[in-house]
Amino acid sequence: MAHEHAALQHHFDDMDQQLEASTLGMWAFLITEVLFFGGLFAGYLIYRTKFPEAFDLGSHELDIKFGAINTAVLIGSSLTMVLAVYFAQLGQRMKIVFFLFATLVLGGTFLGIKAVEYSHKIHDGLLPGPGFTFDSPIADQVRIFFSFYFAMTGLHAFHMIIGAGLLSWLMYNAWQGKYDSSYNTPVELVGLYWHFVDIVWIFLFPLLYLIGRN
Amino acid sequence: MSTAVFKPSKSQLADQSDGASNYLNAGFSAKSWLLTVDHKRIAILYLISITLFFFLGGLFAVLIRLELLTPQGDLMQAETYNKMFTMHGIVMIFFFLIPSIPAVLGNFLIPLMIGAKDLAFPRINLLSWYIYSVGGLFTFAAIVFGGVDTGWTFYTPYSSTYSNSNVILVAVGVFITGFSSILTGLNFIVTIHKMRAPGMTWFRLPLFVWAHYATSIIQVLGTPVVTAAIMLIGLERLFGFGIFDPKLGGDPLLFQHLFWFYSHPAVYIMILPGMGVISEVITCFAKKKVFGYSFIAFSSIAIAVLGFLVWGHHMFTSGQSVYTSLVFSILTFLVAVPSAIKVFNWTATLYKGAVSYDAPMLYALGFIGLFTIGGLTGIFLGTLAVDVHVHDTYFVVAHFHYIMVGGAIMAYMAGLHFWWPKITGRLYPEGWARFSALVIFIGFHLTFFPQFIVGYLGMPRRYHVYPEEFQILNVLSTAGATILGVGYLIPLIYFTWSLKSGPKASANPWGAKGLEWEKASSPPSQYNFEKTPVVTEEAYDYEPTIWLK
Amino acid sequence: MNKGFQLFPEQASTLAAQVDYLYFFLIAVSLFFSVLIFFLIYVFAVRYRRKSEQEVPEQIPGLLKLEILWSVIPFLLCMVVFVWGATLYFDTYSPPKDALEYYVVGKQWMWHIQHPTGQREINELHVPTGQPIKLTMATEDVIHSFYIPAFRVKRDVVPGRYTSMWFEATKPGEYHLFCAEYCGTKHSQMRGRVVVMEPADYQNWLSGGVANEPLEVIGEKKFRQLACHTCHVDKPDARGPSLVGVFGEPVRLQNGQTVTVDETYIRESILNPNAKIAAGYRPVMPTFKGQIDEVGLLQITAYIKSLTKE
Repeated sequence: MAHEHAALQHHFDDMDQQLEASTLGMWAFLITEVLFFGGLFAGYLIYRTKFPEAFDLGSHELDIKFGAINTAVLIGSSLTMVLAVYFAQLGQRMKIVFFLFATLVLGGTFLGIKAVEYSHKIHDGLLPGPGFTFDSPIADQVRIFFSFYFAMTGLHAFHMIIGAGLLSWLMYNAWQGKYDSSYNTPVELVGLYWHFVDIVWIFLFPLLYLIGRN
Repeated sequence: MSTAVFKPSKSQLADQSDGASNYLNAGFSAKSWLLTVDHKRIAILYLISITLFFFLGGLFAVLIRLELLTPQGDLMQAETYNKMFTMHGIVMIFFFLIPSIPAVLGNFLIPLMIGAKDLAFPRINLLSWYIYSVGGLFTFAAIVFGGVDTGWTFYTPYSSTYSNSNVILVAVGVFITGFSSILTGLNFIVTIHKMRAPGMTWFRLPLFVWAHYATSIIQVLGTPVVTAAIMLIGLERLFGFGIFDPKLGGDPLLFQHLFWFYSHPAVYIMILPGMGVISEVITCFAKKKVFGYSFIAFSSIAIAVLGFLVWGHHMFTSGQSVYTSLVFSILTFLVAVPSAIKVFNWTATLYKGAVSYDAPMLYALGFIGLFTIGGLTGIFLGTLAVDVHVHDTYFVVAHFHYIMVGGAIMAYMAGLHFWWPKITGRLYPEGWARFSALVIFIGFHLTFFPQFIVGYLGMPRRYHVYPEEFQILNVLSTAGATILGVGYLIPLIYFTWSLKSGPKASANPWGAKGLEWEKASSPPSQYNFEKTPVVTEEAYDYEPTIWLK
Repeated sequence: MNKGFQLFPEQASTLAAQVDYLYFFLIAVSLFFSVLIFFLIYVFAVRYRRKSEQEVPEQIPGLLKLEILWSVIPFLLCMVVFVWGATLYFDTYSPPKDALEYYVVGKQWMWHIQHPTGQREINELHVPTGQPIKLTMATEDVIHSFYIPAFRVKRDVVPGRYTSMWFEATKPGEYHLFCAEYCGTKHSQMRGRVVVMEPADYQNWLSGGVANEPLEVIGEKKFRQLACHTCHVDKPDARGPSLVGVFGEPVRLQNGQTVTVDETYIRESILNPNAKIAAGYRPVMPTFKGQIDEVGLLQITAYIKSLTKE
């Protein structure tokens, strides 16, 4: 060991081992996340097969404009995240901060639109619960659609909020100059997480917004 | 019984030149414990917390058994009784059994066994203890505010719509604790993959590590699903989501599927680490290489994988389709085979060994006896027509206590006695330890064997009052529980005593193989090893070897 | 009911002895393996006990033949048990054609039972020997489980759907009836007795009870009371489809699918009429949710079943 990197933790032999361990850890965590959402997706698929008409009806209530814009926003944020990771590997401090900030702004936009969408739905009485109103003979089944809508997008939004927190933390550290070409693991790992959250949305969007429209 | 009861042999005692620095005397402030990132200290934090929960869960068990002494409900109201068995199940499963061996022994030993300085993510390790504690506080709060009465299985629609108890508070507690278990599993997987010392190849790993690797896979893959299911119960109660509510077109059986998808593998989270402990203890006290190393190692993985495919055997009478039941039944029989392989291999390990009967070995032999009965009665439950009769009766209660108490807790006790000198640097009184092993073994059988009989007679579980003809068997069971309770109190006393007054232990009091015994002191130093060990031999390499064709 | 101490439950149905044979076989297999393992452990532990602290025995790393042997033998035994258990289980799912149909409704915390002849019982079930009996079961609230240990039968009763089971009692006597699935505070009091009688005694019991109308007659009354007959008449231009002779037959739906008319379809069509509309009819039927309970649903179902062509 010629010289030890400042970011090397005491229990690792070298930076390679530390990077490999962290990356594997993040992948294992993402597998957990897949199963976490997987339980909800399984439930969604079961009820979608059971009540196809109700799910079509419910799907029509969602505003495809909001959904489509949000999809574009998230895909854009994935791009800026990739660029942040890229510049972290090059060690260009200001560019890391800029693209992290861009990612954060896009994430915030997504959450903002989601909030508007939620408030419309709640205003229309589509939040399952005592206030739920829907004029249809199969209103109860539509309510189950909205249960899944709120549970799945809510859980997704919660992941976005955590992601936003992580981005802010990265920005602070990047500003302090902690990441360079020899050490940028946190940026890379948050990148993995952010892409995962995007991919979940890529599944949610067609399943919730588009199914009733073919 | 070669060694005298109260006098440890010379090799077990430490040299007089003691007082070296170790992880225990590295700091004494509360902060040095509560903010530690040392896996050994975190293991101790877990040890203390799960011991508290064990005796809390045990208290509920005592009250249940006292109520069942007579067929009438004379000690408590039906409502209270229902809360007792619910809290007993929740506390014992989520707050004691699941973290027991992995979070205490696994946490302490995995880095030592593979020659690492710590787990891969020490801060996440500490975080998972805090998450566990917060989950525990929620559950404890729920108990204080009146408890919960859904059964630990939270079956809908009772839990989501009908129950008037603190379901949400407990659901939040279990939900949070789930993440602690996920993070522990994640930490182990990465540690075992990336932190092994030079020369420590996969097939030189102690079987304890293999068992924990298999356990971690289940924790990472299974826990999030039950977490999602429990979250849905919470949302259903808060907002009336209706996903499990048949009145709105929801399906209560979906919950059972999601629940058992995790909770059946969770049984293996409890028993697999125990099997790992047994492989270590048996080899050490027979002074033998384990018989069929790779078969035991791969049977752990097979159990972890197959364990995910058998959840439907909890639902043979639920109204799921006949063909679904057939598939789940045959898969259940498949998972029996790797368990049988382990038992046969442990038995064969004793053949031509040099067997001594120290306390850990007595617990381990007890484990094999009880686990064999637990496993075989599992076959009864996998058999469709028989399961229809015994499902939801005391037969099932007896079966899973043979696996979880007779299996998992016996193994935990075996492991705790085996590594106690390593963890604390102190020896416990051997005679008392053997005595308590015997008391627990006898008390256990007396408690749970009658339950097989009363179960086949048809006594349903979760019954507050029951027909008179079942009384004699229930009285036997309660008598056994008293003995069992005493059996668990004795170790509590002598372990506590040994912390201050036990003789100091040498680095390797059992003459065992393994890095934790051969390369680390008792207790280990703060960073485990003076220098990173290099491994040159297979596990349990007690020379000389003869090869059978 | 034998109130004394027992070690083994009574056998009072055709199934009981068959399940018990399998159970005895399992006990024999378990005893064999337990005794084998305990014996070996005992022998090895005593024979090879450690004689000195320095003793290091010969090392035996394993033996492939043995591994195969003790994987294959348990596997084969397991398959035998699987096939045996599955065959019996399959039988319990297919009631004989001549089975009498009883209706059971579970409710926190009692069992409501209706005989085909109209008798109603709470927490009691009178049945004759030598007659297959099919129970069609529903629940008003949570999951319950109908369990008669002496018959070795049990089936969960799940809200929102019908489940069924069948048995043939063989031995007159009184037996326990339990709810086996935890259902709330008084779960352990949700039990009763099953009275098995010789057929003649059963007939006496039936005639001795309160004069009841057969189930389908009660069902017909309810059918009229809810004004179902105003639309569901056996005429080509009626607003609702004719219900004569439909039970057990396939019906084409508006969306092109076909379903068989069974208890579940009838139940769904009453509570949630627009879920599956028969082809050629408009979705005009209102829901009867809240106006009819599970007992009433079963009565109407019995009436529809009785409507056979000519």
